Amino acid sequence: MNGMKASFFLAWKYLSFNKLRTTILIACVTLVGALPLSLNLLLSASERELMARAETTPLVVGAKGSDLDLAINSLYFTTVPPEPITMAEVTQIQTSGLAIAIPLHTQFQARNFPIIGTTLDYLDLRQLTVAAGRNFSILGETVLGADVAATLNLKPGDTLVSSPESVFDFGGVYPLKMNVVGVLEKSYTADDNAVFVDIKTAWVIQGLGHGHQDLAQPEDSDVVLEQNDNVVTANANLTQYNQIDADNLASFHFHGSTDTFPLTAVIAVPQDDKSAAILRGRYEVSEASSQIIQPASVIEELLLEIFKVRNILNLVFVLVSVATVVALILVFNLSLRLRQREMETNFKLGCCRSMIIRLVTAEIATILVVSLGCSLVITAGTGVFKDRITRTMLS
Amino acid sequence: MEQSADIQPVVELTNLEFQYDRGEFHIKLPNLIIHRGQKVAMIGASGTGKTTLLHLIAGIRTPLAGKIQVSDVSMNQLSDSARRQFRISHIGFVFQDFELVEYLNVFDNILHAYRLNPSLQLDEAVKSRARELAAQLGIVDKLKRSVKALSQGERQRVAICRALLPQPQLILADEATGNLDPDNKQRILDILFRYVDEQPSTLLAVTHDYELLERFDRVIDLKTVMAIAPALSETTQSVASPLAQKRQEETV
Repeated sequence: MNGMKASFFLAWKYLSFNKLRTTILIACVTLVGALPLSLNLLLSASERELMARAETTPLVVGAKGSDLDLAINSLYFTTVPPEPITMAEVTQIQTSGLAIAIPLHTQFQARNFPIIGTTLDYLDLRQLTVAAGRNFSILGETVLGADVAATLNLKPGDTLVSSPESVFDFGGVYPLKMNVVGVLEKSYTADDNAVFVDIKTAWVIQGLGHGHQDLAQPEDSDVVLEQNDNVVTANANLTQYNQIDADNLASFHFHGSTDTFPLTAVIAVPQDDKSAAILRGRYEVSEASSQIIQPASVIEELLLEIFKVRNILNLVFVLVSVATVVALILVFNLSLRLRQREMETNFKLGCCRSMIIRLVTAEIATILVVSLGCSLVITAGTGVFKDRITRTMLS
Repeated sequence: MEQSADIQPVVELTNLEFQYDRGEFHIKLPNLIIHRGQKVAMIGASGTGKTTLLHLIAGIRTPLAGKIQVSDVSMNQLSDSARRQFRISHIGFVFQDFELVEYLNVFDNILHAYRLNPSLQLDEAVKSRARELAAQLGIVDKLKRSVKALSQGERQRVAICRALLPQPQLILADEATGNLDPDNKQRILDILFRYVDEQPSTLLAVTHDYELLERFDRVIDLKTVMAIAPALSETTQSVASPLAQKRQEETV
């Protein structure tokens, strides 16, 4: 027992004296231990997180094409929006009584954050609550995700201008200065990085709706080129509004039926499983120009691919671990050579034969125990914060 | 010749032969006796085998032939493990280059031998004795210091403390004063001699410091010892005390 205690005492003294070498060794072993465990925890949490968002989005209707693009765009607003469908899909689903239809319009951005044109039902579906201000209620109002507000340093009362689709798109949409009326509570989801507006505001940004001076009583009569019954033709001098406020709100209007207006997707929240089955059946017919997907199934398929990546990662970790063990053996071997004189002195003093082995064993054991402790602390820390980490990464 | 208890042999070498595996160096020593309580200096030109002879006496190396008796124990007949155990508990070795462990502080260096072999039990009494020794050698205020922060003289005193702590019956000093200034050389000898007198113990010191030889009881010229007949195997070059004279007469 005394011999063991002495071995650990000397090992500890040696390791403490050679702090840099010891720190590097412990860091290497810790990483080898903690990385696979922590990454596996994070991967599992990511999978759960991805599935959770997908599972709370029962059905999504969108243009025919890649179901993965449609799912990812509807859930995370990250990919290029799929081909548009029309507002008629929403009307059709609503009137069927099978599901609540929530329109999504994700085509535009404001300072690199996606503008999500939708209804208040979306905020209810995602259980998003307002941390400051209020929800959007009229045209031109916006509610910001928590990270958007933090990044752009915006609060209720400020304004945010939508970005043109292209700097050189002179004939394209005009930027709209939106009024920030609320900031959402942080949700650690993609919603934190989104700018929410009413679907009609998104159409205004798209140029489908606009507001301008009253042509019945224009300030400058020269702007009216022709007037036949109810049809008034104006020239380019007609003032169009790029911000919606109380004074000009009434002047905003849409030309044509909103049923023909574009959407990126429709989230359908069915009344029950039967309604879901019926609704899915309706889109299965080959003539339908739209498709209906179950995001949970799509994401599950995606995760199966990620599982393959995880296997590759695990293999890499095994190889790295083997390389680290070989490096450790080399380091200890070199260390013993450097300590040859000390070992000779010990021998001359009368050190027992097994002591050298016990000293090296104690050193290795100390490094392994400390590294194991550090690995456990890192892994435990990852375990505690895994949800927050994955949500932050995914959002 | 009948010998009294205080002049019993502590080291007795008979027909000793040694050769390294490689090289032509060899030792042939017909007979050498060192008595209890003696302070013996061993001199000789470099390469004559002084350090090797100390290693043979300590059991660090084993001879090809002959007999090595230390304190009535035949070192030849001991196993390697028993020789290590005997060495650490009965022999105090002071090395030329001190050979302190740089990652241990002064106090832990003094106690080092007790952590190397379970045959020495490290307890509070030993620690207390280590502090007393350090106090006697004037380094008690430096016990917590790193040995790298000590002067040569202080490092040598730490090495001596380490050698003396197990209260050895035989002290082997290999050029223990070699790297020291004249004052420190005298001080180190004072310390070793005082210990030998108080314990009592025996000192066999290899040295090149001829100005110190007069302080020893006996001086052995290794070259002469290996060359002459067994009956005349001890040569006293200088005798500093009446006791040394008496012992030399008795031994011869």
